[in-house]
Amino acid sequence: MGVKSIVRLEEVRKTYQMGPVTVEALRGVSIDIKSGEYVTIMGPSGCGKSTLLNLLGCLDRPSQGRYYLGEQDVSTMDDDELSAVRGARLGFIFQSYNLIQQLTVLENIEIPLYYQGWPESESRAAAMELARRVGLGSRVGHKPSELSGGQQQRVAIARALVNDPLVILADEPTGNLDSTSGTEILSVFDELHWQGKTLIMVTHDDEIAHRGTRNIRIRDGLVEKDLRLRESAAARTQ
Amino acid sequence: MPDSSIPKPTPRPGIAVKTTGLSITVFRLRRAVRVGIKSLWQHRLRSLLTVLGIVFGVCSVIAMLAIGEGASYEAQEQIKNLGSQNIILNSVKPPEEQRVTGNQSSAVEYGLTYPDVKRIRLTIPRVTVVVPGRIIRDYAWNITRRVDCEIVGTVPWYPEMRNHPVAQGRFFTDDEMESLINVCVLGAEMIPKLFPLESPLGKTVRVGGNYYRVVGIMQARAKTKQAESTDKNADALIRMFIPLTTAKGRFGETIVKQRGASREIEKVALHEVTIKVSNRDEVVPVSQAIKALLDRNHKKADYKMIVPLEMLKQAERTKQIFNIVLGSIAAISLLVGGIGIMNIMLASVTERTREIGIRRALGAKKRDIVTQFLVETVMLSGAGGLIGVALGVAIPYFVQLFSKMVTIVTPWSPIIAFSISAIVGIVFGIYPAMRAANMDPVEALRHE
Repeated sequence: MGVKSIVRLEEVRKTYQMGPVTVEALRGVSIDIKSGEYVTIMGPSGCGKSTLLNLLGCLDRPSQGRYYLGEQDVSTMDDDELSAVRGARLGFIFQSYNLIQQLTVLENIEIPLYYQGWPESESRAAAMELARRVGLGSRVGHKPSELSGGQQQRVAIARALVNDPLVILADEPTGNLDSTSGTEILSVFDELHWQGKTLIMVTHDDEIAHRGTRNIRIRDGLVEKDLRLRESAAARTQ
Repeated sequence: MPDSSIPKPTPRPGIAVKTTGLSITVFRLRRAVRVGIKSLWQHRLRSLLTVLGIVFGVCSVIAMLAIGEGASYEAQEQIKNLGSQNIILNSVKPPEEQRVTGNQSSAVEYGLTYPDVKRIRLTIPRVTVVVPGRIIRDYAWNITRRVDCEIVGTVPWYPEMRNHPVAQGRFFTDDEMESLINVCVLGAEMIPKLFPLESPLGKTVRVGGNYYRVVGIMQARAKTKQAESTDKNADALIRMFIPLTTAKGRFGETIVKQRGASREIEKVALHEVTIKVSNRDEVVPVSQAIKALLDRNHKKADYKMIVPLEMLKQAERTKQIFNIVLGSIAAISLLVGGIGIMNIMLASVTERTREIGIRRALGAKKRDIVTQFLVETVMLSGAGGLIGVALGVAIPYFVQLFSKMVTIVTPWSPIIAFSISAIVGIVFGIYPAMRAANMDPVEALRHE
C-alpha cells in the first residue's frame, strides 16, 4: 500500500447555533481520501455537503474531530494559518466561477500567488502558462465578462491550478453551464485526474458522479454510502 | 504511516512563505497601491465625488489661513511701524469745548504742553527719549504746485523713534534745530505732487511766507485702512517735517481757523508726544504712570494715548481667536469629509463582499484585506488632500492678484492640512477595512 492520504477526516462534527436552535450539520464524518483519487460527493440539499465542502476547503473549522490535510492538522489552525493553507494547498472551483470582475483573466489566475508573496514576474509567467494550458492563452487581457461561461470556468480552473494544490475542490462546476461547455469542463477534470491530481467534486448529477473513481453520498450529516467505482488513474498506470 | 516514501505533491513549500520582513511589506504595499488605484479608477466619478469633502476642507483651511495671516501681518506691520516700545500721546480737542464755541469767536486752549513733557521726563523713570511734535495743517508750495499737508515740527531723532527712516538725503540735525533754520524733510507722498520731474533735494518749499530748504525725503509708508483709523484722517499721511523750534518760531502756538462767519482760535502747544520706554516689558506700567501724571494736570480729556504694544498684543489675540475659529471649521469640514469617505467605503465593502470572499478563499489573510481597503481609503483622502492643497495655494494667489489683499501661505499650513487629510483617511478607513476583513469567508462567498 503505497498511496498516501491527502485528506483525512476523523469523526468530524459541525454544529451551528441558529438563534436558540443548535443545528448539527455534520454528525461524525470520517473520510480518508488518497492521493490521485477523483471523489464525487452527492446528497440532497440540506444534507451537510456544503458544510463538508467548506470544512474540506479550510473555510471553516470543525466543531469536533480532526482534519488532516497532507500531514498537517488543519482543525486547530487559526485564521491566518488557514488562509495560508488555502492559498498554498487548495484549489477552488465554484459553480458561479467566482472570478473578480474588474481584473483581467491573467490577474484572476494570479491571485493565489499574489497572496503568497510571489514576485510579480514569476507569478505572471506561471499564470500565463496555465492560461495557455486551459486554452485561453490569447484571452489573458480580457475581463471575465467578455468570456463565455465555459471560458470563465476554465479561467477558474487555471486559477485553482496555479498554486499546484494538494487537492482541487469543485462545487458543482458544471451547474451554470450548458451541456456542451459542461462536457468540455468535465473532460478537463478527467485530464487533471489522469495527470494525478486529487479532485473532490460536489454534484447532484448521477452521470457526472460516475466519472469519478469514488462516490460518497451524504445524508443527514453522515456518510450514507462510500462507493469505490474504479482504481484511480495513477494507481492503474503504476 | 505509509507516507514517507512518497514525494510531496507540492514542490513549493507554500505555507512556509511567511509575510514578514520589510522588503515583503513594501512589496505588498506597492502592489496594494496598484490594485487600489485600479479599483478607484474603475469608479472615477464616485471616487471624485467622495473626495470632494476633503478637497474643500483642505483648500478652505489653507486659503482662509493665508488670507487671515495676510490681514494680521499687515496690521501688525502697521503697529510695529509705530514702535513697540513707544507710547504715543496725541492732543485732541475735548468734546465739550466744541459745543460751547457757538458762533462767536473764542480761543480754545487744550492739549499737551511743554510742561507735560518736562514732567514726564523728570518724574517717570525708564523713559529714554521723548519726542514732542507740533502739527500744523497748511499748504506746502513749490512755485505753483501745492499740497495740503501736515507740517510736523519735531526733533532730530524722530525717524529712529518712529521706525520711519529717511529714504533720500538726511533728517535735520541738532544744530539746525537749535539755530531755528528753515529746513524740511518731505514725506514721500508729497514728491509726485510737488516735484514730479526733478529731485527735490536742495530745492525750497514755501509754507505761508517762509521758504524751507529740502534736505531729505522720508520713506513711503503703505497706505492701509489700519493707518487711516489710527490717524485722524486720511490726509494725515502726507507729512512734512521741520525742526520743532522752527515750527514754534514760525507758526506760534495759536491756530486760527476761519469757519464761515465765525472764527475759531485754537491754542495747542504740542500735538504729539512720543515716549520711548527702555524696556518692552515696562511699556504698560509706564503708560499707566504717564496717564496718572497727565490726568492730574488735564482736567479735560484733551489728549489720547496710543500704546502700540497693547495694540500689537490685541492683534495677536485677535489672530489667535481667528486661528481657533479656522481650526474648528477645518476640523469640522475634514470630519465631514472623512465621514463621507467612510460612508462610501462601507458601501464599497458591501458591494464587494463577494470579491472579499473570493480573495479570502484564495489565500488572502485578514491583514491583506485590511491593507487593501485601508490603502484605498488613504489614497482617496490623500488625493483629496493633494487637490485641496493645490486649490488652497492657488486661491490666495488669485485673491491677491484680483483684490490687492495681502495673503501669506505659511509653509506649514499645506503640510498640516495634507497630513490631517491622510490621517482622516486612516481613521475613517479602519472601520470599513476591519468590517471587510472580519467577514466570514463562507458567508461572503455566498453573497449575491
